Amino acid sequence: MKKEKPKLIREDGLRHDGRRPDELRPIRMEVGVLSNANGSALVEYGKTKVIAAVYGPRELHPRHISLPDRAVIRCRYHMAPFSTEERKNPAPSRREIELSKVIREALEAAVFTELYPRATIDVFIEVLQADGGTRTTGITAAALALADAGIPLRDLVAGVAVGKVDGVLVLDIDQLEDEYGEADMPVAMMPSLGKITLLQLNGVLTPEEFREALKLAEKGIKEIYRMQREALKKKYVEIKPEET
Amino acid sequence: MSNEKEYKVYVENRQLVIPGEVLAEGDIEVTSPFIYRLGNRWYSSIIGLVDVQDNKLNIIPLEGYYFPKVGDLVIGLVIDIGITNWIVDIRAPYKALMNASDVLNRQFNPIQDDLRRYFDVGDYVLAKIALFDRVHNPVLTLKDKGLGKIVSGKIVEIAPSRVPRVIGKRRSMLNMLIEETGCDIVVAQNGRIWINCKDEQLEDILILALKKIELEAHTTGLTDRVRNFIREEKSRRGIE
Amino acid sequence: MSTTPSNIPILPKLKKESIRTLVAKGIRIDGRKLNEYRKIVIEPNYIPKAEGSALVRMGDTVVLVGVKMEVGQPFPDTPNEGVLMVNAEFVPLASPTFEPGPPDENAIELARVIDRSLREIRVIDLEKLAIIPGEKVWMVWVDIYVLNHAGNLLDASSLAAMAALMVTKMPKVEVSEQGEVKVDKSVHVGSLPLNHRVVTVTVGKLDEYLLVDPTDEEELVLDAKLAVSVSEDGRIAGMQKMGPGDFTVDEVYKAVNLALETGKELHSILEEYVAKR
Repeated sequence: MKKEKPKLIREDGLRHDGRRPDELRPIRMEVGVLSNANGSALVEYGKTKVIAAVYGPRELHPRHISLPDRAVIRCRYHMAPFSTEERKNPAPSRREIELSKVIREALEAAVFTELYPRATIDVFIEVLQADGGTRTTGITAAALALADAGIPLRDLVAGVAVGKVDGVLVLDIDQLEDEYGEADMPVAMMPSLGKITLLQLNGVLTPEEFREALKLAEKGIKEIYRMQREALKKKYVEIKPEET
Repeated sequence: MSNEKEYKVYVENRQLVIPGEVLAEGDIEVTSPFIYRLGNRWYSSIIGLVDVQDNKLNIIPLEGYYFPKVGDLVIGLVIDIGITNWIVDIRAPYKALMNASDVLNRQFNPIQDDLRRYFDVGDYVLAKIALFDRVHNPVLTLKDKGLGKIVSGKIVEIAPSRVPRVIGKRRSMLNMLIEETGCDIVVAQNGRIWINCKDEQLEDILILALKKIELEAHTTGLTDRVRNFIREEKSRRGIE
Repeated sequence: MSTTPSNIPILPKLKKESIRTLVAKGIRIDGRKLNEYRKIVIEPNYIPKAEGSALVRMGDTVVLVGVKMEVGQPFPDTPNEGVLMVNAEFVPLASPTFEPGPPDENAIELARVIDRSLREIRVIDLEKLAIIPGEKVWMVWVDIYVLNHAGNLLDASSLAAMAALMVTKMPKVEVSEQGEVKVDKSVHVGSLPLNHRVVTVTVGKLDEYLLVDPTDEEELVLDAKLAVSVSEDGRIAGMQKMGPGDFTVDEVYKAVNLALETGKELHSILEEYVAKR
């Protein structure tokens, strides 16, 4: 059945969930959530919930897929079968294969891989609940997990998706806005360095709209970056020694 | 005036920093592989505590693997036996090798010598890093005083990044631990600590103290707090 | 799982250096300017048995695209629209680094980037492809076959796909009173209905320089690439950053402008080689 397109921008100019166009969803981050991984993080953008774990640097077998002058990064973006409305087949889809690649490249820009020749750094991203923006939530979580694993990074990487819905550019789109919107543009950056490591556009924008969309993404990423830094530091502040 | 160094440091001594954080600008001396430069700015690449002395910067990492350095004392776990060497886990990204000729201190003959007689899988060894250049795996040596198979005592594992805290400035923490518990303690750089105590109670207390140091490594006044902790535990358990 | 590629050919350091030095002077090892494409030749209808096809040569890169039309079921959420499917095969004869087997992440990424550039702006008027609404529709299969990899596979594939769609003929279809669908592929009833034309321009970044249409050797030196799909009316119909490096915000703006400019040239090549024939 073809569903009727819902109204995405209300009469009062707010979005279907009451957010302003340039407003993020409520974001929650927690670092060091898995004991087995060298680093891990859980990140939620609204109802989107993603967990990331990092193993390594560790030796890579078989040897012939290692690199003599730097570490390789292996990255898997995967959606849990229960993360979507209808059960998702757990076998990797073409979409997941593509996203694993662009996420790997988005993180690889930040990692000092040259410090660990012949080794691998493994990044596993599991989408536990999907409600739009899963890849950018995944990148934000993976960057925290890499930092938590003590892997040297040029900067953290933070991501957010900008969309165009009912003709309006909006920050941090959710699933409804992705499904019925005119464009979805995921962006990830190393915010301190002002560098873009992931950029995709799924939809149509005029060159002027694109400029505006990228500015909006930068604004959102700065806010997310601030939260990432807090989440990382919180891990150490919480273990306050008891007063003696 | 021309020799005057121009620099600005944006962080305080012992401040917690994270990857991408700007630490300083200008003429800075850096002793850590985890500080990098972009243009005129110096950034941290890791979570750690900065050490600031005028224009000298260092970072003590709070997370991460042990990274081998030639001359480091390590405690390895034998995990496999090759034809002419042992494969040893030293909690680094790379497995270490220990050559039979080094251990036997003579030409090794694979027909006569059974390597398992010297070190078996599961044995701990106290060794030094003899060679490591990132292109090849680290090589261990036993050719120094006190090195060899560990046959008594206990091994406590802590995060390798916390080792400097267990030792302390000019061994202050380590000396305090030895004084207060009377145990023999060898802290290896890869986060394995060999302890040998007179009785189990003291051993228990020492392990708890080591874990406390690991957990609170980033805080100040730690030596005093750990000393008090050990004394309280001892009196609670009615020791001495 | 996606792994940093390790089967890449080793490019001699000297060659890397000379690519770098030349680019800093505004020229390329093959003598091109930074914003200049290699010579492009399009041969439409290369495979007459397919409903549409085109062979594109972009320098030494060769890509063949075939379009097949078949009758199938619509997606449940778009019951009155035809279905577009894009697939890419990097067959082993095209490069020593290509292995037989199912499409790898590079082939999947390329197919999906082209799929989105065609789908989002609605290059094909899919609403005109319903045969029995809700039951039978035309399925448009776009199969991309890379025959020789000499760099910039995405732009060549995108151009070949667009050219092939522009020459795709609609087979004759009849619906009997019992609701049976009969297709006669020997008779054509006009062209595939199109709303737009889209080309993709990949801009490579090397140090602080931007260049279009990188060769395979240049690709080994590039920090990163940004592919921008450009419609005939000058809009951006899709984007994909590729490669492990990064772009500054300013570089992204410059790359997009460069792509929009260069895209016009590709559109005029499509007009000349395909539309006017």
